[in-house]
Amino acid sequence: MIKINIQPEDFDVTSEIKSLRGRAIGAIATFSGIVRENSDSKSLISLTLEHYPGMSEKALDKIARQAMHEWPIEAVRIIHRIGRLTPEDNIVFVGCASAHRHAAFDGCRFIMDFLKTDAPFWKAEETKQGTVWVSQRETDTSAKQGWLSGKK
Amino acid sequence: MRIYYFAWVRDHIGYSQEDIHCPETVKTISQLAAFLSQQSAGHAKAFDDLNAVRAAINQEFVNSDKSVKDTDEIAFFPPVTGG
Repeated sequence: MIKINIQPEDFDVTSEIKSLRGRAIGAIATFSGIVRENSDSKSLISLTLEHYPGMSEKALDKIARQAMHEWPIEAVRIIHRIGRLTPEDNIVFVGCASAHRHAAFDGCRFIMDFLKTDAPFWKAEETKQGTVWVSQRETDTSAKQGWLSGKK
Repeated sequence: MRIYYFAWVRDHIGYSQEDIHCPETVKTISQLAAFLSQQSAGHAKAFDDLNAVRAAINQEFVNSDKSVKDTDEIAFFPPVTGG
């Protein structure tokens, strides 16, 4: 089961974890992405998240399917927020449910690494100095390359 | 063809979508980008460094040598920064 939502609204991590439970599920691994105040020593006022409607849902669905193909994962939950967010707000949630922990951990990390490079979302950072679009990090593309070259 | 722009590509161009009728000589994404860059000063700025721009055809990421058709939905945007 794959469930994906792209939404401006906040989400509740506890109820999302509850939604992944089931009789065959022995492990649930989750990732929560949160807006942090400091980026490159500048104090962040807000982040604005934009996406490509239609393509972003398809891209996340494809990544979730790849994870379920790679590991025995029973359920994937992805929530990505859009719009204006402020420090300590939730941005993203990924949950993977499996019979055992390794598939849950690996699937969750795989989905986040590919989300960073293969899902059409963009962040603009607002600080006192103004608003700038965030550049892609080298570490994000290398994290994906690690999976592709078999370095898990 | 319908073209969508996102993030700073859109900011430079000034709007988020447009319908373009391309000359027959435009056959690939890179030729389309070159054609679009001549449309306005904003377009020229958006497509100034083609290495900084990514593209999608019908909501799939593509390389710049991919061919385009008049019925395609095209998008240009910076490298993604979600999550």
